[in-house]
Amino acid sequence: MSDSLANLYQQVILDHARQRIGYGQLDHADAERFERNPTCGDEVMVRLALEQGTDRIASLAWQGAGCSISTASASVLAQLAEGLTLTELQSKIDAFRAMLRERGDVEPDEDVLGDAVAFQGVSKYVMRVKCAMLPWVAAEACRGSLT
Amino acid sequence: MSATIVDVSQPITDHEVNAIRRDFPALLESVNGEPLAYLDSAATAQRPHAVLDAERHFLEHHNAAVHRGAHTLAGLATEAYEDARSTVAAFVGAGPDEVVWTANATDALNLVAYGFANASHGRGGAAARRFALAPGDEIVVTEAEHHANLVPWQELAAVTGATLRFIPVNDSGVYSVGDAAAVLSSRTRIVALAHVSNVTGFVAPVAEIVALAHARGALVVLDACQSAPHRALDLPGLGVDFAAFSGHKMLGPTGIGVLYGRAELLDALPPFRTGGSMISTVTMTDADYLPAPQRFEAGTPPVSQAIALAEAVRYLQRIGLDRIERREELLAERMLVGLAGIPGIRTIGPGLGVPRAGLVSFDVDGVHGHDVGQYLDARGIAVRVGHHCAQPLHRRLGLISSTRASAYMYTTTDEVDRLLGSAHEVRRYFGAA
Ligand SMILES: Cc1ncc(COP(=O)(O)O)c(C=O)c1O
Repeated sequence: MSDSLANLYQQVILDHARQRIGYGQLDHADAERFERNPTCGDEVMVRLALEQGTDRIASLAWQGAGCSISTASASVLAQLAEGLTLTELQSKIDAFRAMLRERGDVEPDEDVLGDAVAFQGVSKYVMRVKCAMLPWVAAEACRGSLT
Repeated sequence: MSATIVDVSQPITDHEVNAIRRDFPALLESVNGEPLAYLDSAATAQRPHAVLDAERHFLEHHNAAVHRGAHTLAGLATEAYEDARSTVAAFVGAGPDEVVWTANATDALNLVAYGFANASHGRGGAAARRFALAPGDEIVVTEAEHHANLVPWQELAAVTGATLRFIPVNDSGVYSVGDAAAVLSSRTRIVALAHVSNVTGFVAPVAEIVALAHARGALVVLDACQSAPHRALDLPGLGVDFAAFSGHKMLGPTGIGVLYGRAELLDALPPFRTGGSMISTVTMTDADYLPAPQRFEAGTPPVSQAIALAEAVRYLQRIGLDRIERREELLAERMLVGLAGIPGIRTIGPGLGVPRAGLVSFDVDGVHGHDVGQYLDARGIAVRVGHHCAQPLHRRLGLISSTRASAYMYTTTDEVDRLLGSAHEVRRYFGAA
């Protein structure tokens, strides 16, 4: 049993769930999006601020309540997003989604996804894929509203 | 088995539970390499061989459409189907004409709410006028209802202009007769409440609320989903006007539920769904409806499910509902004492010594319900996590979700102890302690 659990709850995930990088408000946001998982009630608000006059992300902040998977996922996203262009953000979102859909068959690229590769184990838990995707779906909608 | 004398006032013993478990094939499953500890019977119960066999036997030997056709199988099927109705009706102290088959409890509650809505639109003639609602009338629910006993009443209020009010719960999620009395008035037309809460395990003071409601001219709709499987029920004795429960929570199949209604009321309530099987004469412009219960059973019904549900009822009666209730009280106490003693765990619902059904919902400080459920699942322990279809109650308690462990007659003390052992470890695992 402990093997399967440790595969889902990688130490990186447990750490991010407690660190909550990017948790909080922004003085000024260029885009924001609220997402809710109706099955468990988890919710997240993602806010994006761009560097003035560019499409480069100055910061991504989030607030909400959810399980350790969705919380850690938001934390990892916030860490990853800073300094990316909106197009680069989208390609990371695409890679993250692809990894979760692969059910662990393809080795994810750590250069692209950073700490987010720790979520590979989530792909085997169909019921938890939504938890991991929640903040990324919100970020994707933010990007959509800016382009 | 040799004849043994059983004291029907005593809980089922551990020894008997071991024998009972052999009747339930699903309880033998392994999950993640551990023996399954199924603590989610409040969501859906497992089914004994007797119930599975009864459905299969019917399908293999007597399967036919009921109430139509003149062939032998059609006759046998109709007889078995109506016998099943009598069995289930007697189980709750009702007459066969007071029991309507539905798809589940949700469907049964909608049937009542939409009957009121149709009466409010003038359907059902003079007899149905007693169900007509208008602005100024009030529908009362409690703050602890399952969405199935809340959303249909929201819809009824919206289409009739009636006002939906609620009996508030306290910080533990329970309410008193006094709380109910403060909300009920001469404007109250319907009081809808759960007999046993699927989140708190609170046992509602039904007889007292019925007395309050009837004194004000209101009808009472009881959600008996969490009581019918676990305690002896006498619905006419309780005095409720309508009641709903689901087969799958009482050892029976999915796809079958029951609406109980006092005969006089069912005979006057307009139908919700219309079509075949519920009419006497149809012209191109008009139709006459059959009396209750057929009037509410449009379309081809769940026949094998009804027959299997009757078998489930016989199984429950063989074990004895009072003995099941006693056993579950003991299990609830063990869960409650054990969980409440774990640092960082907050249990929801009535405290020790107050009647509660065999379930305990709890919040683990710093760990989300989803994670608690996943951690327990890895140890073979199946519990429910989330809002348990009671978002307003969770909001009132300051929670988004909780973890619920629920017992049934086949639950062992060992399974409860496994839950308690793992619950002890869960905060440390997630770094919350
Ligand atoms: C108290 C209560 N009411 C209503 C329901 C709805 O039952 P069903 O989904 O079988 O219609 C449930 C089951 O989830 C319940 O526990």
